[in-house]
Amino acid sequence: MPADPVGASKPRALQAADPAADFDRLNRDWYIDKAVQIAVFIGGISAIVFIIGIFVFISKEGFGFLLGEFSFKEFFLSPNWRPTSEGNPTYGILALIAGTASVTGLAMLVAIPFSLGAAVFIAEFASGKTREYLKVTVELLAAIPSVVWGFIGLAIMNPIIIQTFNVPIGLNVLNAGVILGLMAAPIMTSIAEDALKAVPDRYREAAEAMGATRWQVIYKVVLPAARNGLLGAVLLGVGRGFGETMAVLMATGHSINIPTSIFDSVRALTATIAAELGETAVGSDHYEALFTIGIFLFVVTFIINLTADLVVRGVRRG
Amino acid sequence: MSNRFLPNVFLAALAGAGLLACGGGQQREVIQNKGSDTLVNVAQAWAEAYKDVDPSVAVAVSGGGSGTGIAAMINGTVDIANSSRTMKDRELDLARQTGQDPREHVVGYDALAVYLHAANPAGELSIAQLAEIYGDGGSYTHWTDLGVEVPGCQDQEIVVVSRQNNSGTYAYFRETVLGKRGDFRLGTRDMHGSKDVVDLVEKTPCAIGYSGLAYATDHVQMACIIKPEGEGCVTPTVATASDGSYPIARPLLMYTNGEPSGKVGEYLNWIKSDAGQCIILAKGYAPARQVTCG
Repeated sequence: MPADPVGASKPRALQAADPAADFDRLNRDWYIDKAVQIAVFIGGISAIVFIIGIFVFISKEGFGFLLGEFSFKEFFLSPNWRPTSEGNPTYGILALIAGTASVTGLAMLVAIPFSLGAAVFIAEFASGKTREYLKVTVELLAAIPSVVWGFIGLAIMNPIIIQTFNVPIGLNVLNAGVILGLMAAPIMTSIAEDALKAVPDRYREAAEAMGATRWQVIYKVVLPAARNGLLGAVLLGVGRGFGETMAVLMATGHSINIPTSIFDSVRALTATIAAELGETAVGSDHYEALFTIGIFLFVVTFIINLTADLVVRGVRRG
Repeated sequence: MSNRFLPNVFLAALAGAGLLACGGGQQREVIQNKGSDTLVNVAQAWAEAYKDVDPSVAVAVSGGGSGTGIAAMINGTVDIANSSRTMKDRELDLARQTGQDPREHVVGYDALAVYLHAANPAGELSIAQLAEIYGDGGSYTHWTDLGVEVPGCQDQEIVVVSRQNNSGTYAYFRETVLGKRGDFRLGTRDMHGSKDVVDLVEKTPCAIGYSGLAYATDHVQMACIIKPEGEGCVTPTVATASDGSYPIARPLLMYTNGEPSGKVGEYLNWIKSDAGQCIILAKGYAPARQVTCG
C-alpha cells in the first residue's frame, strides 16, 4: 500500500473544522511531527555514526605506526613489549594477547556453569517471588563498577590465593579469571534466560506428554532448542571479558609474561593501553603502537559481537 | 569539526575562570609552574607558603609529568618547569630553536629506595646484583641465587616489582641500575603508582621493588645499597640523598628561561632558602643541601 499519511489527511482535516484552528494545528503538528521524525532518525543512525567515527579515529591515530615501525611478524609473534627502551624499542604483543586470552578463557570456565545454571533455574524452576528476587539480584550484580571488582581482586583475593595455594603472588590468571567470570556472568545469565524463555511451551508440553521427567525436558528438549541463544550469551560474555580493562589491570599483576600455569601473572591488551597512554607523547611511535592495539581490540570485539548477534538471530528465525 | 570546537570551548572556560580569579583584589603577578608529578605536591606546598612571603605574587601549579613541563618550557608557556629528570639534548636544541634558554636549578633530591619484605634477610644489595635481578637476561631469578633464603617465600622465586614504562621513576632506575641502553627483563609486575609498589612488597615475602623514599612504611625494609666502587653499603635516607653518597638518588629540578630575575628570581631564591628547603624535607624528599629545621 502506498503510504502518504500527511498528504491523505490534509484535505480531510481542512474540511472538518474551522480554517484558522486547522491552519494552526496543521502548521504546528506538521513541524513537531517532522522534528520528531528527524530526531528519531538521528537517534537511530547515531550508533552507526559513532561506531564509524570511533573506528576512523583510532585508525587515524594508529596509521602512522602501521605504515612505519610496524612489522606483522614482530607485532603478533614477539612477546617483547618494550616501547620506551632507549637502546632498542620493540613492539611485540604476543604476551599481551596470551594474557588477555588466558584470563578470558578461565573467566568463561567460571562463568558458563554459573550463568547457565542460574538461567535454567530462573527460567524453568523458580516461580513467583523467588524468580523476581533472583532476576533483580542478577541485574544488581551487573551494576557493580569494574574498579570495585578490581579492588576485590587486589585486596581480598590476592592474600587468599597466596595462603590457599602457597604461591608467591596472588595477582595472576586465576585471580583475574575468577573476577572477570563473576563480572561476565550477569549479562550471560540475562541473555541465556531470554533464550530459554523463547523456547515455545508446546515443546515442553509435548515432552511431558511423552513421559519425560523435568530434568529430561530441560536437558533433551529445552537446552537443544535454545542452543543458538545460549551460544550467543557465551560469545557476548567473551566480548565482555576481552574488553574489560580496570579489573584486569588491577588483578592480573600487569606482568609481560606468557603464562604456563594459572598462578602466573600476565598483562592484558586493554590494561596496557590504559596504563601507558596517559603519559605517552602524542604522535610518538609508542602512542601509535597503543592505538594499533586499539584497532586490533576493536576488530576482535567487533567480530565476536557480530557473530553473537548473528547466532542469536539464527534462533529467532528457526 | 568537533575536535577543534571542544578545545576552544575549554580554553574559553579557562580564560573566564582566570578573569574571575584575577578580578578580586589588587593586581597580582602570576608565576606559571608546571611539570613533574613527583614534585607537584612539594610545588603546591611552596606556592601555598609563598602567599605569606610575598602577597603580590600568585604561583599557579599544575602537574602532568616531567615531559609536560619540559614541553611547556620549549613552547615558552611557563615561567618555571618542574622535572624529575634532566632535559635531553634533543629537548635543549628544540628549546633554543624556539628562542628559549633553559637554566637548571636543583631544588632537592629524591632517593629511590629498594624495598624488600620485612622478613627478607638480604639486607645489602649491590648495583650489580640489582642489574642481575632487574635486567634483561639477568641471571638471578631465585633468592637462593643471591645466597639467601627468604622465609615464607615458596620456591624462593624473586617477584620483581617495577613501574609502568612511561614513569620517570622507571626511566631513572633503568638508567642508573641497568645503564643507558639497558632494558628491564620481561615478566616484572608493573605497578601504576609509587605507593602500589610498596603495598605489594609489604604483602609479598618473595618481592623486591623500587620506589621513592617518601613512600616508606614501617612494614617494609629498605635495602642497603653497595656502590660499584664497593666501600660498604649506604642506606637511603634524606641525609645520604642530600650529600650524594646514596647511589640511586635523582635531583629534582626546576627550569627557568634564562637566569631568573624579578619575581621569578625571588621565588626561586626563597625555594632554595632554609624556609623553602624545610618544606621539601617535610614532604619526605631530601633538601638540596643540609638544613636545620625547627
